Amino acid sequence: MYGAGTTSASAVPPLDPTAWTCPAPLRDHPRIVMGHGGGGALSAELVQHIFAPAFGGEALAQLGDFASVSLGGARLAFSTDSFVVRPLFFPGGSIGDLAVNGTVNDLAMSGARAAYLSCGFILEEGVELSVVARVAEAFGAAARNAGVEVATGDTKVVEAGHGDGIFINTAGIGLIPAGVDLRPQRVVPGDVVIVSGAIGVHGVAIMSVREGLEFGVEIESDCAALGGLVAAMLAVTPDLHVLRDPTRGGLAASLNEIAAASGTGVVIQERHVPVPPPVANACAILGLDPMYVANEGKLVAFVPREHADAVLDAMRAHPLGRDAAVIGEAVEAHPGMVVARTGLGGTRVVDLPVGEQLPRIC
Amino acid sequence: MKYIDEFQDPELARRLLDEISSTVTRPWALMEVCGGQTHTIIRHGIDQLLPEQVELIHGPGCPVCVTPLEVIDKALAIASRPDVIFCSFGDMLRVPGTGRDLFRVRSEGGDVRVVYSPLDALKIARQNPDREVVFFGIGFETTAPPNAMTVHQARRLGIRNFSLLVSHVRVPPAIEAIMRSPDCRVQAFLAAGHVCSVMGVGEYPALAERFGVPIVVTGFEPLDILEGVRRTVAQLERGEHRVDNAYPRAVRPEGNPAALAMLEDVFEVTDRAWRGIGVIPASGWRLSARYRDYDAEHRFCVTGIDTCEPAQCRSGEVLQGLLKPHQCEAFGTTCTPRTPLGATMVSSEGACAAYYLYRRLDIDKSAALEASPVG
Repeated sequence: MYGAGTTSASAVPPLDPTAWTCPAPLRDHPRIVMGHGGGGALSAELVQHIFAPAFGGEALAQLGDFASVSLGGARLAFSTDSFVVRPLFFPGGSIGDLAVNGTVNDLAMSGARAAYLSCGFILEEGVELSVVARVAEAFGAAARNAGVEVATGDTKVVEAGHGDGIFINTAGIGLIPAGVDLRPQRVVPGDVVIVSGAIGVHGVAIMSVREGLEFGVEIESDCAALGGLVAAMLAVTPDLHVLRDPTRGGLAASLNEIAAASGTGVVIQERHVPVPPPVANACAILGLDPMYVANEGKLVAFVPREHADAVLDAMRAHPLGRDAAVIGEAVEAHPGMVVARTGLGGTRVVDLPVGEQLPRIC
Repeated sequence: MKYIDEFQDPELARRLLDEISSTVTRPWALMEVCGGQTHTIIRHGIDQLLPEQVELIHGPGCPVCVTPLEVIDKALAIASRPDVIFCSFGDMLRVPGTGRDLFRVRSEGGDVRVVYSPLDALKIARQNPDREVVFFGIGFETTAPPNAMTVHQARRLGIRNFSLLVSHVRVPPAIEAIMRSPDCRVQAFLAAGHVCSVMGVGEYPALAERFGVPIVVTGFEPLDILEGVRRTVAQLERGEHRVDNAYPRAVRPEGNPAALAMLEDVFEVTDRAWRGIGVIPASGWRLSARYRDYDAEHRFCVTGIDTCEPAQCRSGEVLQGLLKPHQCEAFGTTCTPRTPLGATMVSSEGACAAYYLYRRLDIDKSAALEASPVG
């Protein structure tokens, strides 16, 4: 039996808890750290303290995934997003699919169908042309599937070691339908919170290939264009209050953003949040919370209570909303805060993630 | 992998809670040793559901939290070297050393990589023969065997560019130190099931006898925790103090002989400093003399780094159960996961972080619990 080192009681001096101390704080990062891109509190601070003051502008002040702007009498949704995913190809998609669907979905959250996309490819010296061609093929196919035209583009090459194979930036515009006004400020207590399907799938799919982790079954990314699903929901009622595409930071980040911007509280029933067993298992192994894991083909909607059943039915009739579920509601209590009722009946606060979620040691 | 749903069943949880409530007749203070258990308790709201007489005190069993500042500073010094690839489990990257963390080192050009197993670090060493690869070997008896095996493998395969920065700690001496503290309020322990799956339960009967405390080996799912509490309270109410295994699906009394043999081969017991607490005799492991040339402290000459921590936060008291996280004046104000004063706020297993992330503050519970469209 390995038990060396057990000491006699007399050998252990009494502890003096009053003498125990702790380290000095780390208040700021003078350089960019990965957490600044994690979609959590660090990302928000970067935008609020550096970019927004430097740029100014009314449209930017919306600070959403899209800007709603007026041009020549038309109401446009305008959005841009950059894609730096590794690996470039993963179960269920590629960086090409993501680059189209990411921006298309940001526009869809305004109610708009994406009309035109731009694409900027930043290629690293040494990347095989066949890889670039595969990504371009995937990009084109995703655009056709989403019904959006790639109208303009640009290519740059950086020296070997200064990129990660391929980076892509896309921007898109689309028309916001008349009578549609999707903003977190429209959320009121009593609104019903609906999620369009299983959460955490994309993040776990990426992790499984990036880290070489096996979770027993292959998990495919849920990467998809949500314009059709949103159109089906708006056909029921144009009076949806807000939609969000819970990518970085996961469902938790989206719910927190909506709670903060609307000044309402949000209560969710944890056991009603659809988490597929492979995602739950992977998160259990890694010590992650599915609520914070990225999605790429899901949306969360705040719907007036009187329309909730009809909207849910319309979602479930659409292939991308088959597993849609009501997960909670907006409430007057605890404004700006998201509270989960746990499966056992307790409550917990679901906070904004700080930076990146980190796998736990044990 | 089954068991997640089974061990979170609300109906079974209710039955266990009812039994605990019907058994308890007076206040009891139980310490869950392991940070993973703390996380489960707070995440599922178990502490709210237990009868008021049952108080759960969060112990020092978070390996990230108790890794001493000087060890973090040694890691930062090694990771900053251009010839080094520094590999670590993810949650060590945000732990503040003196003025920096490993994320900061990475942003300054250091090659710091998150791995999920020490064997991944060994693979990186084989793939990069012209670089020195260092794995940050921290944790309790659970993470020590794979780290030991990795060093053993490195030597067997003749991989010379791999080394281990070791700061392993052991649970039983910490329990002893807690019980010998003059302010100790702990009346029973939920022992960490994963530690016992490696070590067995052989070290615990002497502690239970010496200090008159029940020690119940407990798992990590909500029902595991409740079963551990149920058995502990039953013992306390009967005036007993035995070692009981409430986690038999993972823990054999003799532990894991292969893992124990590996520990015996590679490590030797040493005194170890615990962050915020101080030195606890014989509470840690270091590489044994036979493996000393795989010790990163010696290889990179950082043995001389000795850090004094300014007295800024009270995590030491939290780690010993003398203070609840929210009773610290810095909690949630000057000390948050974004600006941690101490490691208990950094690690997701740290009691302070668990309280902060899943805090209930002054939530109007009735509002939160009122009927919603999904009931």
